[in-house]
Amino acid sequence: MSSLGFEQFPDYQVPGVKHPDFSPYESNGGSIVAIAGDDFVVIAADTRLSSGYNIHSRNQSKLFKLSPKTVLGSTGCWADTLSLTGLMKVRMQSYEHTHLRTMTTDAVAQMLSITMYNRRFFPYYVSNILAGIDKDGKGVVYSYDPIGHCERATYRAGGSAGTLLQPVLDNQIGHKNINLPAGELPPLTKERAVAVASDTFISAAERDIYTGDSVLINVITKDGIEEKVLQLRQD
Amino acid sequence: MLNNYNGMAQPLWQNGPAPGEFYNFTGGQTVQKLPRELTTAGPYGTKRSTAAITTGSSVLGIRYDGGVMLAADTLVSYGSLARYQNIDRVFKINKNILLGGSGDFADIQSIMRNIDQKMIEDQCYDDNIEMKPKSLASWMTRVLYNRRSRMNPLYIDVVVGGVEQNGTPYLANVDLRGRAYEDFVVATGFARHLAVPLVRENKPKDKEFTAEEASQLIRKCMEVLYYRDTRNSSTYTVGVCTPNGCGVEGPYQVNENWTFAATIKGY
Repeated sequence: MSSLGFEQFPDYQVPGVKHPDFSPYESNGGSIVAIAGDDFVVIAADTRLSSGYNIHSRNQSKLFKLSPKTVLGSTGCWADTLSLTGLMKVRMQSYEHTHLRTMTTDAVAQMLSITMYNRRFFPYYVSNILAGIDKDGKGVVYSYDPIGHCERATYRAGGSAGTLLQPVLDNQIGHKNINLPAGELPPLTKERAVAVASDTFISAAERDIYTGDSVLINVITKDGIEEKVLQLRQD
Repeated sequence: MLNNYNGMAQPLWQNGPAPGEFYNFTGGQTVQKLPRELTTAGPYGTKRSTAAITTGSSVLGIRYDGGVMLAADTLVSYGSLARYQNIDRVFKINKNILLGGSGDFADIQSIMRNIDQKMIEDQCYDDNIEMKPKSLASWMTRVLYNRRSRMNPLYIDVVVGGVEQNGTPYLANVDLRGRAYEDFVVATGFARHLAVPLVRENKPKDKEFTAEEASQLIRKCMEVLYYRDTRNSSTYTVGVCTPNGCGVEGPYQVNENWTFAATIKGY
């Protein structure tokens, strides 16, 4: 670096690196909720694609089926989402041809983290939640930050209304701040997971302008993926 | 290892500091690593103008039961000057693809030269296989996304329409960042505000538009755009794509009527 004489300039003031008139990023909104049960996992995402006050599309799926047991929900900068999911599909196909088996959900989760961290210094501006059935047949949820930090969880909300939805899940699924003995808490069935996920989206659509139109819900079990649609308010 | 199988695999670590070095926010790139686009890289990086100079306004696309229609007016502006008044911004790409371009017209012409060359190569194979609209839209996302990632974007917003091999209509929009989506109505520029709501309002539930409805809507929307978008002209061209082939028709004239103007008072 010294041969180029960089050190004589203080950080951030070198000419030629500031481009105030073009931002490579854009927020296109959208929310995701995923809830894992003992032998199933539910992942839901709304179908609104927007930027600012524009609604580009009212029926854009944000759920990407990566394998028969793994679904990725991705929101944020839609251009980055398209790139990232495209790259994930390519790498999973390459793995399948090399190892002659489908990637497990846990392997996909690790690969997604690495793929995102590869762009540490020019990140994919996306909020990812990965849902699937792990190799023991249990439902799992992985959530990510934009640079690839990965955490395994049982339930998670993300995207533009993630901060609105997460406390609801903490209460209804995590049973936080509920004064009931353990025996009286409702068991987490598939039906209850779908119901709670649906309700959180109905509430989020009331307050978040980037969430609405409809929700796509995927229920993943060892037998396959069941798809449901729920209409939301369109304003 | 994945990397041994193809040359397309990306290196594990990009734009970061070398091992053991501190990260320098301004010095992350070396001269050799700077983008290889037309400009010469300087020792402190490159500053580019990202402003659009000559611009095309809206493009509107509507998908209907038997194909797609794309419309754009024939004006290319230079700032507020109506500079070029008879330029076709809807292009026939091949037998089953139409493309409508808005934004910086120089960038549109540049990408069109690329596409035309691709189509010539496609024809040279002489194998009766033609590019499909979905493939072109996907290719556009990769070109535009890579340009934005190098901070040297093509300032364009395009609508890709056409008919897939099995006869299903296809309509999509790709913007300067590589953001892409499909829908029954897509638009760029002012048409996104003025035309899209008009078209959505007229959409029958669980049913596609008919050709008649689509052309009526195009006519209505181009009229609204002419009245309310200051960077529009009264002439426009319409591209129509059906399983039997595609073509660009026009220029048509907006059916303008200013008799109401005399009744507007109070300004």
